Amino acid sequence: MAINKHTELRYKIWHYTYLTICGLVFFFLIAPLFVIVPLSFNAEQYIHFSDDMLALKPEAFSLRWYEDMVYGTKNPWGLAFKNSLVIGIFATIGATTLGTLAALGLSSKYMPYKALIMSILISPMVVPLIISGSALFFFLAKIGLSSSMLGIIISHIILGTPFVVITVTATLSSFDHSLTRAASSLGSSPMYTFFKVILPLITPGVISGALFAFVTSFDEVVVVLFLAGPDQTTVPIQMWTGLREQLSPTILSVATCLIAGSIIILVLMEILRRRSERLRGIQPR
Amino acid sequence: MSKILTTEGLPLEKSLKKVEQKNKFRAFLLVLPLLLFLIVAYVWPILNLLTRSVDNRLISDLLPQTAIALANWEGNEMPSEDIYKTFYLDLNEAHKQKLSGKVSTRLNYAKNGFKSLINKTRRKLKNFEDENYKDQFIDLNKKWGDIEYWQAMKVAMPKYTIDKYLGSVDLEKNYSGEIIQKPEKRRIHRTLWYRTFYVALGVTICCLLLAYPIAHLLSTLPLRYSNLLLICVLLPFWTSLLVRTSSWMILLQQQGVLNDILVYFKIVGDKSRLELMYNMTGTFVAMTQILLPFMVLPLYSVMKTIPPSLMRAGSSLGGTPFHSFRKIYFPLTYPGIGAGSLLVFILAIGYYITPALVGGASGTLISNRIAYHMKETLDWSMASAMGTMLLISVLVLYWLYNKILGIDNIKLG
Repeated sequence: MAINKHTELRYKIWHYTYLTICGLVFFFLIAPLFVIVPLSFNAEQYIHFSDDMLALKPEAFSLRWYEDMVYGTKNPWGLAFKNSLVIGIFATIGATTLGTLAALGLSSKYMPYKALIMSILISPMVVPLIISGSALFFFLAKIGLSSSMLGIIISHIILGTPFVVITVTATLSSFDHSLTRAASSLGSSPMYTFFKVILPLITPGVISGALFAFVTSFDEVVVVLFLAGPDQTTVPIQMWTGLREQLSPTILSVATCLIAGSIIILVLMEILRRRSERLRGIQPR
Repeated sequence: MSKILTTEGLPLEKSLKKVEQKNKFRAFLLVLPLLLFLIVAYVWPILNLLTRSVDNRLISDLLPQTAIALANWEGNEMPSEDIYKTFYLDLNEAHKQKLSGKVSTRLNYAKNGFKSLINKTRRKLKNFEDENYKDQFIDLNKKWGDIEYWQAMKVAMPKYTIDKYLGSVDLEKNYSGEIIQKPEKRRIHRTLWYRTFYVALGVTICCLLLAYPIAHLLSTLPLRYSNLLLICVLLPFWTSLLVRTSSWMILLQQQGVLNDILVYFKIVGDKSRLELMYNMTGTFVAMTQILLPFMVLPLYSVMKTIPPSLMRAGSSLGGTPFHSFRKIYFPLTYPGIGAGSLLVFILAIGYYITPALVGGASGTLISNRIAYHMKETLDWSMASAMGTMLLISVLVLYWLYNKILGIDNIKLG
């Protein structure tokens, strides 16, 4: 609804009300995230704003909680970060490989029982995590993988694949299949066609699927809560324990780092999206 | 009419069919690794969880003869000397194999008090004399003369049972097999089911109301502004769930930012700060904010495809903006509303982390109860039964989603 000087007053009022509502909703979405950032620089041991902080006195701010995160006593965060990274990387590799292969098969028009198979492949995303967690807990205990990194990696591969399947299938849906036919008519083997023609074109989709899988694994806490022993503590587990016992400002420094991480991922995703559109010859409007 | 032949001399039709078969096989082969992996490591464990919910063999394996004896016992009058004797032999055998702890834990699910009763009894088993078992048991603890304990044991014995399902909606079986309501003070689950359902529904409606205007704004603004605003939606989407939950804990706690603001503007007194966390309010507000992007994104992707000329056409034909909106724009957004609402509802119904952290006692949902049974009471059959019921409700919604929108239309980011 465009507003100009001929618009009736009541529609003008309505239009500005609408904009205000939108502004408030955006504020509701984004503001809670940024409450964390200033508090993580708190010099006190509280997680609420002290009067000095509100008065912007320099001595009310410090980096002590960041120091505590890195060098703190018993420092649980170092191990947690390491574990989360290892689990995340292996889970991403597994999920991306399996998911991309499956997406290639699924986007073929010859694929039988497409809808049924697709709904099975997506199910780990839909089934409540608490159920997946319990089921995997019993399964991994039975095959002797309880409280092991491998067990957690396997579960995170399961949880990550739907995202890869969805993103890669979406990329392939706009893929021009005459290119593969052109390659075969020029005498290329299916393998060669895949690596030289298909893969370069769908790489942005594969990478964004991989990012999804990585974030899913890095952020996953419910299933790990069931599976992890004391040696497999991850960043989310550590945060979970911290939030349940006492909210210390160290958690807020970790949270700030994680927010920075998600900003980086967001930027990466945007770059990938633009690249993918350019590769497919879609001009931005 | 002569058939068209390929260079190999086969009819073209057959040759094409062969190629198609080969292509089908090739496509299937690509999906196979993931499919097999998921079936072995995911679908099968979940089916296993379902059987666990009805599997009750543990107790009848521990007390095999007692199980048979109690099955033949009517349950109206005190058990006979024979039953006491069989029970003594079974319990003694279990005790020798160091399994009597399991017996006591399992029977305690059937009736509170069994755990201490068995634990007290098992230490005295070796002093038993070879006759008058009934009197010896009752001398040891007069609870053994209470018919309710024997009735509870009889109910607990069958190899397969739906007791856990009954339990998860606050029903139970009495000794003669009738299904009855649990006593008032032990009815906890039904409230939780209702609460989970209402919270999921409420969160879905709130998300829809909040998401609709901003999705509309995003789809009508010029691309460079809308991309900037889209970041406000995508950043929370990509941020860790625990980070977002902890930010709500900071905002909602008694010394938190929201209360500070309210006190500053003298809306509430410093002494009477509101309790916004560890109750329903906390769960509801935090879940709404966390799930909002899942509503905005499907709505946005549908609204983007609606040409603005439609609304202009509506106005040019004399419709007021509200009328054109109601008659033209709104119906066109149904697919987005459906997709977003189902997605948010499905996610909300199984929510665990946020209610556990900001929900307190009155704001927990069914998932938290399942986790409680998995980790605290170790009543895994109960957890499985409740999990199965939750799973079935989610799968019904998932099926609906498939039916209405098609699984291919799930989009991310």
